[in-house]
Amino acid sequence: MVLLYIFTGVGAFAALLAAAFTKDPLFQFHSYIFLVAFVLGAGVMTAGVAYGKFRSEPTRYADGVIRAGVIATMFWAVVAMLVGVVIAAQLSWPTIFYFPEAGWLNFGRLRPLHTSGVIFAFGGNALIATSFWVVQRTCRARLAGGVAPWFVFWGYQLFIVLAATGYLAGITQSKEYAEPEWYVDLWLTVVWVAYLLVFLGTIWKRKEPHIYVANWFYLAFIITVAILHLVNNMALPVSLLHHRSYSLYSGVQDALVQWWYGHNAVGFFLTAGFLGMMYYFVPKRAERPVYSYRLSIVHFWSLIFIYIWAGPHHLHYTALPQWTQTLGATFSIMLWMPSWGGMINGLMTLSGAWDKLRTDPVIRMMVVALAFYGMSTFEGPLMSLREVNALSHYTDWTIGHVHSGALGWVGFISFGAVYCMVPWLWKKDRIFSNTLIEWHFWIATTGILLYIAAMWVSGIMEGLMWREYTPQGFLANSFVETVAAKHVENIIRTIGGLMYLSGAVIMSYNLWRTVRMPGHEAQPQGLASLPALAAAA
Amino acid sequence: MSHRETDEHSGVETTGHEWDGIRELDNPLPRWWLYIFYGCIVIAAIYWVFMPSWPGVNSYAKGVLNQSDRVDVARQLDALQTQRGAEGAMLRSASLETIETDPKLQAYALAVGQSVFGDNCATCHGVGGTGSKGYANLRDDVWLWGGALEDIQHTIQVGVRSENPHARQSQMPAFGRDQILKPAQVDDLTEYVVALSRRPAKAAAVARAAPVFAEQCVACHGPQGKGNVTLGAPDLTDADWLYGSTQADIREQIWNGRGGVMPAWEGRFSPETIKALAVYVHANAGGQ
Repeated sequence: MVLLYIFTGVGAFAALLAAAFTKDPLFQFHSYIFLVAFVLGAGVMTAGVAYGKFRSEPTRYADGVIRAGVIATMFWAVVAMLVGVVIAAQLSWPTIFYFPEAGWLNFGRLRPLHTSGVIFAFGGNALIATSFWVVQRTCRARLAGGVAPWFVFWGYQLFIVLAATGYLAGITQSKEYAEPEWYVDLWLTVVWVAYLLVFLGTIWKRKEPHIYVANWFYLAFIITVAILHLVNNMALPVSLLHHRSYSLYSGVQDALVQWWYGHNAVGFFLTAGFLGMMYYFVPKRAERPVYSYRLSIVHFWSLIFIYIWAGPHHLHYTALPQWTQTLGATFSIMLWMPSWGGMINGLMTLSGAWDKLRTDPVIRMMVVALAFYGMSTFEGPLMSLREVNALSHYTDWTIGHVHSGALGWVGFISFGAVYCMVPWLWKKDRIFSNTLIEWHFWIATTGILLYIAAMWVSGIMEGLMWREYTPQGFLANSFVETVAAKHVENIIRTIGGLMYLSGAVIMSYNLWRTVRMPGHEAQPQGLASLPALAAAA
Repeated sequence: MSHRETDEHSGVETTGHEWDGIRELDNPLPRWWLYIFYGCIVIAAIYWVFMPSWPGVNSYAKGVLNQSDRVDVARQLDALQTQRGAEGAMLRSASLETIETDPKLQAYALAVGQSVFGDNCATCHGVGGTGSKGYANLRDDVWLWGGALEDIQHTIQVGVRSENPHARQSQMPAFGRDQILKPAQVDDLTEYVVALSRRPAKAAAVARAAPVFAEQCVACHGPQGKGNVTLGAPDLTDADWLYGSTQADIREQIWNGRGGVMPAWEGRFSPETIKALAVYVHANAGGQ
């Protein structure tokens, strides 16, 4: 507590000094955000202490921070997907959705806002919230670190706000998925280390003899993302009072480090983390045992070992040495089955519960998530082959591939988990409306299919148009002609994205109504009352 | 804690662990999964044998096929030269007039020009070269800086108001913005220019503007307003207007004296590419 006061005090003072002395208006703007956040943080702590809100109850799970996490997850989901729909519309109708008087609404500023918003704001909050739920339940221990989980939550939201406002203001170090500048990177490092300590501390004081597989995946995600983040963001600031920094790496080394990071952000953030989510919520919802313990061990370690090598496949036919490209491609091929291990284990867990697909749209959502996971982890190795990559790279095919993973896998497994958790967290016996979940499911699934199909068509078409030569060996199409050719596909993509966003809005409404339903206090959430303990006793 | 039991549905034993009600079956690895995994590893190993792969201290395994992207690219570029035949070399030495009169060479130059134009010039001048407001139309026979082959070639080389030291330079004064003329005089001058292009205008205003035109505009646009190609001054008597033909457009141009920038392509394109572009633009326009 005292430490936190010192921390926010020093932080607020440093932010104030930075705001006062910098000559860089963008850095000043972010200093003020830091200042406001620290002052608010100190204020909330004081109020909390004054009203006795921080009394730790060691016999109860820490669920408040998870409730906050669920709200943040849905809030950022709608925001980030809305930005996605806007930029899709900008690509479809560039003359209508063009705002020359507001530079911060340009496609170049909004695109990283969309990608980071979906991955880090929506996905990250979903991962933090579910990991806090899962690690407590499967360790039968309250989250470690007292108010530290709350620091992780609010610290992470501050990171998101800094990153998002930075994109709009044009602050970027121009690295895909790692655009925020040095001071935001440092802040995230502090938050992430706190997250790791909370997670490890909870595992440390667990009352179960073994560590459940979901926690291996969550831990792999937390540790590897920390390493990726630190290595890729090594940079020297121009000055301590300026937002700009320069990478420690240059040229092709910089590119390789960036895509080692970028690929493993997919591997450990979007795959390992969400597999952790899957390993808890699928068997829980299906009320069936996990299909194979051995498969979970083997595919976990092979996934961890092989994923980290595959980054160079993002740099085929570039200045990257060819041997490195070979290794990237071959490790991607070997990655196919380790990735599918998770899908098999998830789908086979449903054997004996397949009938639930008819009645429970949440289970159906998670099954579709696994199907999209399987499809995109097959498509990935395929696209990593140099010959296929020669056609697919830089085209919309890549965008389609990413979205089958993001909308299909990451989105649907998170939605499934949130649909499970909300009644547990707010102590209701069900979600407000099953029909609305059905609507969400069908609208969003149709949206994904429209999106992906449009991107396949336009991606392969533009890939073919780019490599089309005249008999004399000149390029047959200019770039702008290939852009004009995919106008219809771009419109279909916009419609697909809009449908997916509508699904998330329906879900938010449904969850809000669930929370507002009359209470259902029958299930006490004390540690001792857990079925696990009862069964073991 | 750990007690193995048998799952009723599948008849498989569990591992005996339980977390929050979740148990695990002790199923073996699916055979097909394992064999495909092994197969993928074998495929990767075969790939390593044939292609450049594992690094050593000073070099890397070149692979049995001894394949190299760099060598491939060099070979493909050679093949391209062969495919393009003698015209590629001839383009380098031939004069612009020769290129335009030799049908084979011209066809080749047009192919080069079309390809280069699409990705470099179309951004401003449009895919068809018809331009838009502020960007010159290259398909008509009106030329600010001259429409002969050599003129076009030179414009492409040095650009207009670019950073190239030999760029085509001219700057129309901002008569209104810089308060060279009074707003009323700019209004009158607008009427005068409208009259020059043989459209109805207020006679009184035209008469008032005549001495102003003679004093301020004649140096570049000429006494009859016919323009001057060496200064890039447009002909004001025709129907072709870079910044729009309406009264408001013309007034805005007198007020602000806008002048666009075209980049210099010398140094970015090879001389023969610029030649080919000049021939392409010349052939598609009402060239001079």
